[in-house]
This record gives sequence, C-alpha cells and structure tokens, in this order.
Amino acid sequence: MLDLMAASLVVFGAVFFIAGTVGLLRFPDIYCRLHALTKADGLGLALVALGMALKAESFGEVFRIVLIWFFVALASATCGHLIAAYARQADREGKA
Amino acid sequence: MTDPFLILDLLLAGAVIALAIATLTARDLFAAIVLFIVLGLLSALAWVRLSAPDVALAEAAIGTGVTGALLLKTLHHLRYVAGTLGEQAAHGVTPVTPVPMSVIWANAAFCGLITLGLAIAFLDAPLGGPGFDALVADAMPASGVDHGVTAVLLNFRSYDTLMEVVVLLAAVIAVWQIERGLSEAPAPDLSVIWQGFARLTLPAIVVVGTYLLWKGSEAPGGAFQGGAVLAAVGILLLLSRLYVPHPSHRALARWGFVLGTGVFAGVALLVTGGGRVTFEYPPEHAKTLILLIEGLVTVSIAVTLAALFHGREPVALRAKEAGHDA
Amino acid sequence: MTTFFGIIVVILLVSILTGLIRVHRGPRPADRMMAAQLVGSAAVAILLILSRAMDMPALLDVAVVFALLAAVAVVGFVVLASRKVS
Repeated sequence: MLDLMAASLVVFGAVFFIAGTVGLLRFPDIYCRLHALTKADGLGLALVALGMALKAESFGEVFRIVLIWFFVALASATCGHLIAAYARQADREGKA
Repeated sequence: MTDPFLILDLLLAGAVIALAIATLTARDLFAAIVLFIVLGLLSALAWVRLSAPDVALAEAAIGTGVTGALLLKTLHHLRYVAGTLGEQAAHGVTPVTPVPMSVIWANAAFCGLITLGLAIAFLDAPLGGPGFDALVADAMPASGVDHGVTAVLLNFRSYDTLMEVVVLLAAVIAVWQIERGLSEAPAPDLSVIWQGFARLTLPAIVVVGTYLLWKGSEAPGGAFQGGAVLAAVGILLLLSRLYVPHPSHRALARWGFVLGTGVFAGVALLVTGGGRVTFEYPPEHAKTLILLIEGLVTVSIAVTLAALFHGREPVALRAKEAGHDA
Repeated sequence: MTTFFGIIVVILLVSILTGLIRVHRGPRPADRMMAAQLVGSAAVAILLILSRAMDMPALLDVAVVFALLAAVAVVGFVVLASRKVS
C-alpha cells in the first residue's frame, strides 16, 4: 500500500516535470515559460519528495528530504521572481 | 527486459559528451556558460552512478555554485572591457571582443597535450586490476579517520592535496596581480522577496557547509566540498553588495588565503623527526591534526573562491591609474 | 520497485535533455537560464529517487547542496545582467 502510494506520487511528480519541459519548449514568451517552469519545479519536486519520504528508512532521511523540498521551493520562487522582474525591466528599456 | 539503469548510464554518458561538445561549439558565449552549468549538474549525476558520492558532492558544490558564477562574472567583465555591456545579443550571439586565433590554438595545443598524457596513462594502466581498495582498507586504522576518501586525501597522499590548495592560492595571487581597484557597482535592487530568501538561505548554506566539513571524517564530505559551499555565501554577499570589499580588509583576506596552505605545510613539517617522514602524522594525534588542517583549509578555500569571484584586489587607485581600469 | 525507480529516472533525464533545446534556441539570456534551473530541480528529483534505488543516503547530501546552491547562478545572472559597470 505504502509502495503504491509512493509510486503514484513519484509518477505524478514526473508528469509535472514533463509538463514543465513541454511548457518551456512550447510556450510563446518568457513569462509563460516561467510559469510552466515554476509549476514543474514546485509541484513536481514536492510530489517526488513526498513519495520518497514515504519510502525513507530513518527520521534523518525524512528530515533531509523535507529540507531539500523547502529550499528548492524557496529558490525556485525567488529565482522565478528575479527572472520575471529582470525580463520586465529589460522590456521597459526596449531591449531585445 | 533491459535494465533501466543500463539505459540511464548510457544516456547519461552520451549526454555528458554531447554537452561538452555543445559547450565548446556554442556560438553564443552566454549559452556556452549555461550549457557548462548543465554539464556540471549531469557530471555530478554521472559520479553518483559511478558510486563516487564524494566527487559528486564536490562537483555539485563547485559545478553548480561557484563555476557558473565565476564564468558569468568573466563574461560580464569581457563585455565591459569590450564596451558592449549595454548591447543585447543580436542574432543570438553575446557581443564580446573576439579572442585572437593564436590564443585559441595555444589553448587547444595544451588541452591536446593533456588529453594525450591521459590517454597514455590510461593505456598503460592495468585493466580490471584490484585497485587500491584493499590497501586503503588495511591502512585505515592508522589514518585517524573513518572514511576512506578522507584518509587518502588528508593522510595517505596529503602532498597531492596540499598542492591542490596551493593551486588555488596561486590563482588568487595571479588575479590580484592582474586586476586592482574598487568596484563601483551600485547595490542591486532585488526587492523584499530576495531579502526573505537571503535571510533563510544564507545561514542554511553556512550550516550545510560546516556539516559537510564535519561529516568528512566518517562519510562523504570534507574540506573542498565544505569550502565550495561556504564560498557560495561569499558570492551571494558580493553580488547583492551586502558585503563590499574595502582596502583595509586586504590584510585579513591575505591571512585567509594562506591560512590553509600555511597550517597544512606547517603541520607536515612539524611532525617530521623521531623516525617519521614529512606528512607522517603520529597515529594517536592523526584525527586532531586532520580536522585542524581540514577546518583551516575549508576557510581558505571559501575565502579564496569568493575573492576569485570578486576578481580584483580592492585597492583605491590614484586618479591617473583609475582612468584605464575601473 | 528498483526497476520502477530506474524507469522514472530515465524519463526525468530524457525530459530535461529535451528541455535543453531551449538553451540552444534562446532567444533571450533569461530563457537559457531558465532551462538550467529546470535541469537543477530535475537533478534534485533524480538524486532523491537514486538515493533510495541505489541505497546511498549520502546522495541526499548531494541533493541538499544542489537545492541550496540552485539560486547562485540565477542571482548572479540577474544581478550582473542589470549592472552597467564592472
């Protein structure tokens, strides 16, 4: 049962990563791509991390997985914001 | 059914080679840097698949954090010197002054020689030999630590490791000779989101860097990994101008650069005598000495890498000098 | 279960390698940088799975380093790209 839950969470996570890649390649402009990317980062990794936490063997492993998820989520949100702000600034200054 | 891990390994190996070629042939220098960062990420995964978590950790810390930032800074500097900083990429090519063909050919010749040397060494090495695992396992009790890689790096072949630290020291000395002056960059406007991120992440990076150093005596980790992670804090502080190098900080920075090399060499010489050769730590003090060396080498690596990123000796130039060098 | 993890890791790797087309195409530097960010997150996911599949808890430390340093390159890019002096 636990195996099945972990497996389905990991599969869902992988689906989000694929969706992120498709979005990165197919979306027309930088802001849309950023949207696709941060979704994949955030949700995809969260699902994979949750799945792997179910399979963890010690409390230390769960703790590190939670830490990893937290900092990836934080970094991804911050980087998304920074890139969007930079792109907007560049657009305003009329750069390519 | 084929083992998916075999497919994974083949895919990873192919991707690493393809990325290396793509990095070298990319027409846009910025794209080349991004490809190089990705190459670092995939190499770390390749090291993982080779069951070498120590190397993977080093590659993760240096490849993703430090090298990418160093290359971006270098490109920025090249464009500043070329006067193309304001221009955006036209036709997807980041404008910089072209490198002279003679330099390219000299570099290619040196790389070719190194590759040739490696190929000869590889062909001369016995194939499928037993390796040094048994030898290292036999000598472990005398090493003072519980992790084979750390025992090899800091005890059995510490001379090599000392030379690696010296390479970094030489690099920072060269950079300080070439570039001097104070950076006039204003503090970037990074908004409150960045501040929240920095408040949470910078202390966490310090904790993880120290943890990697501490853990090195019994598990994958150690001075280079810890130092490279700590250097990322320095790079982020320099980028956000939370720390601005001042001429009066030079003395402290110089001590930071030589601390690791100095203590490493000093310990190696001081243990000599009483029937022991240089670098032969007395077994009862080996752990203390190794931790002392590793701790101080970590500090030196972190300070040196951050200084390399800053890329200049912070010294106030006289008006005459400052004209050609900002 | 290990075979299943292997298949997932292969799928994730293929997905990020496909994403690298964006690095080639650009057109803006930020587009290229975003692809690197996606590779970074996917590499963390791959490490999480591999640490269980290969039974090497030390890989979680590698993933922690990836997670903490993921932002360095992006912050470097954004700060340097908007800077007008050396």
